Amino acid sequence: MNNNLYSLIGLVAAVCFILALKGLSSPKGARRGNIIGAIGATIATVVVFFYNDPAEGGLKNLPLILGAILFGVIIGVPAARKVQMTAMPQLVALFNGVGGGAAALVAIVEYLHLGDKASGGAVGATVFTVLVGCISFTGSVLTFLKLQELMTTRPVVFPGGRAVIALVLLAVLGAAGWVAIDKGSNSLLVLTVLSLAFGILFVLPVGGADVPIVISLLNAFTGLTVAATGYVLDSTLLLVAGTLVGASGTILTRLMASAMGRPILGILFGAFTATPQAALSAADARPVKSGSPDDVAILLAYARRVVIVPGFGLAVAQAQHTVRELADLLTAKGVEVAYGIHPVAGRMPGHMNVLLAEANVPYEQLKEMEEVNPTFSQTDVALVVGANDVVNPAAKTTPGCPIYGMPILDVDQATNVIFLKRSMRPGFAGIENELLYDPRTTLLFGDAKDSLTKVVSALKAF
Amino acid sequence: MSVIALLSIFVLAVFVGFEVVSKVSTTLHTPLMSGANAIHGVILVGAIIVAGHSDSALPLTLSIIAVVLATINMVGGFVVTDRMLEMFKGKKKPATKEAK
Repeated sequence: MNNNLYSLIGLVAAVCFILALKGLSSPKGARRGNIIGAIGATIATVVVFFYNDPAEGGLKNLPLILGAILFGVIIGVPAARKVQMTAMPQLVALFNGVGGGAAALVAIVEYLHLGDKASGGAVGATVFTVLVGCISFTGSVLTFLKLQELMTTRPVVFPGGRAVIALVLLAVLGAAGWVAIDKGSNSLLVLTVLSLAFGILFVLPVGGADVPIVISLLNAFTGLTVAATGYVLDSTLLLVAGTLVGASGTILTRLMASAMGRPILGILFGAFTATPQAALSAADARPVKSGSPDDVAILLAYARRVVIVPGFGLAVAQAQHTVRELADLLTAKGVEVAYGIHPVAGRMPGHMNVLLAEANVPYEQLKEMEEVNPTFSQTDVALVVGANDVVNPAAKTTPGCPIYGMPILDVDQATNVIFLKRSMRPGFAGIENELLYDPRTTLLFGDAKDSLTKVVSALKAF
Repeated sequence: MSVIALLSIFVLAVFVGFEVVSKVSTTLHTPLMSGANAIHGVILVGAIIVAGHSDSALPLTLSIIAVVLATINMVGGFVVTDRMLEMFKGKKKPATKEAK
């Protein structure tokens, strides 16, 4: 194929990606946007097989390459199709990680291939790609482990951790400089290993609630590595696509952080500033009012207006369908029902909307935080299902607590508050919620789905 | 291509990237991140190029691994994003039914 034609088709793919991001930013165009992106990616992948590098000639090893693509599809598609929607954030993290790993590998191979011919710019871009790609890879795998709860979601801070991280960072930068001077393969190997280690150390001190922001940030990182690879391979398409993701990912990270009221820098440098947290005061002895499913059913049945606040506990219990059943039952009894959705309810911004949409909750009942907050004072019952941090008044009243400044749902304004919780254990952010001890609060302990099912049958019998 | 030309493309792409996502509701943050994640799967193109130019065992092995990883990133990314968005679309139908 003529190389001008090849570049032109690359341009078409790049435009597809811009349209894809544009589409994904609006509710109407989102699905079409994603499909346009997929079309762009397919075009780019197909056309590269017809590419004739003036210096290198056509592509070799075709059967192996096609086999590898097929293998990737066999792994990727079922994983994406079968994943539970609750586990989706970690899958996205994992996909991001393998992308970063792929970028690092491509950079390493091209670096070995170029050898002494590599220009200063190409070496610089390679160093950047290997460094950031490796961080993205191990960092994403670690966020996967955290979200999957294969390891603790609390920040992992060990004595002297700060010094270790600073030393490793210095070593990484040193190795990067070594590669730039030496242009050899040993130095690159050292850089790779150190960067992989740094990715782990970078994510370890991040607390569970900040993980989505880190995923978004690593996503932007991977985009930039793809752009740098585009520079090394002289591919405008990779440069544009990678830069687009890098730029939009940075904006998205900022948007998410502001929705959560979290300073980005605080999260980024959490690795350097984190101090081991004092263990939570052993089981608080203050009395709480716990109720039976019947008590809860009575409260709900006599209410005029109920606002349901779903949290991640609802998601893990797969209770989205049961909560809808309850809402339908209440609506049938003439109770006005709305869902108050915190922007970061669940494990990722917008995650709860996806889950409730899966359960066919009517769109009109989903209220965003700004919309629902003024209505809590006219609400008889706020039913908090598996949420904690997003309704914790400490975010307003306790300067210095980890979530201080985060906008919350003002459920404390409602006449009654019901918490469906597994235990008195604090939420993801690991802080005590004063609201649990409030006399207007009723607690119903247990798995969200079991509790809801019991409340539903109590309500039916009512 | 000259460094200046590439730099120009880079800077312009940064602005386009900033611009297209500057006004997005929190509802769409997760699908948008996932979609952007799929887009950087085009590193597959780079992986195919380096795999196609590899002569010896080590670079070939590394680049084939890169092809597999990049494919997972790209294909899986688009499929999972579509699944998320499919649910957003599906919720309108039952809503109209219940309204009757």
